[in-house]
Amino acid sequence: MENKNKSLIDYLLILGDNSLILGHRLSELCGHGPSLETDIALTNISLDLFGQVRSYFQYAAELTGGDSTEDTIAMKRMDREYRHTWLVEQPNKDFAYVIGRQFLFDAFHLPLLEQLVNSKDEMIAAVAAKSIKESRYHLRFSSSWMERLGDGTQESHQRMQSAINDLYPFTYEFFEETETEKLIFEAGIGADLKVIESTYRQTVKDVFAKANLEIPTAPARKTDGKKGIHSEQLGFILAELQFMQRAYPNMTW
Amino acid sequence: MKGNPIWEVFIRSKNGLEHRHVGSLHAEDAKMAMENARDVYTRRQEGVSIWVVESKHITASNPSESGEMFDPAKDKAYRHPTFYDLPDELEHI
Repeated sequence: MENKNKSLIDYLLILGDNSLILGHRLSELCGHGPSLETDIALTNISLDLFGQVRSYFQYAAELTGGDSTEDTIAMKRMDREYRHTWLVEQPNKDFAYVIGRQFLFDAFHLPLLEQLVNSKDEMIAAVAAKSIKESRYHLRFSSSWMERLGDGTQESHQRMQSAINDLYPFTYEFFEETETEKLIFEAGIGADLKVIESTYRQTVKDVFAKANLEIPTAPARKTDGKKGIHSEQLGFILAELQFMQRAYPNMTW
Repeated sequence: MKGNPIWEVFIRSKNGLEHRHVGSLHAEDAKMAMENARDVYTRRQEGVSIWVVESKHITASNPSESGEMFDPAKDKAYRHPTFYDLPDELEHI
């Protein structure tokens, strides 16, 4: 029982941390978006993701027991304890990067949630059912911007292609099954990453074709974000994300 | 972005009510205008339906012609249904 709980908590972190770190990256753009409309759109997506994170972490805190809360899970872990993939921690280099990163995540996130609505774990199924409409809109938003930039002007095309060239090699990590994901899938709680991967590559193919973009052929980046190994980016993210709780422990609003 | 024209946004707050003008925004085309309208004007559950129309398609009355346009209605009080004696039992009117 204890082991099952440990794997489940681990799985909730793998699910939640992608949304937490991507949500944080998007929140950095609040007030800095390229136009009022996209600024609000990206902030809305950020808030959707944070809402999902709260549900995952509240559940993880309940399973952990003791003094654990959604806040301690979000704010007080060390860098090696975060379980997100490398894609979502990549910086907001320019708008093409923001859109490319978002699309490459959304195309994974939606089929993931489509499986999790059938999870044997009622909490996970309920969170997925609530999140799925949000994710469907995120994918619609990011795909339409992929098409606009990829099939737009010469400059927007070139920037979009170069963002994708940098980001695409990170996408293979989504589908490298960790021990936790394997166990949780076998228990009927988690998602089948193989099925998601084939949906993913098809979505990418369709959207890239419409966006006049080429699918990069560069090999996969060997990354172990889901096992807690991150790039140098995470240190900067945590410095800002955790600052208040580190400087003023247990402070509240 | 080539033109990035202005669009007017109309929101129906709930079924049965009419669409009302809520503001404007910039967008390259109708699809983007719809997505922007959703993100800017319905994030606090303001509506169940959105119309967007490019501002240039709206024909507006000319302020310098407001004399002949609107003043003649001023002294036609009889056009308002205010001259009927209503029985006390009648409610909601």
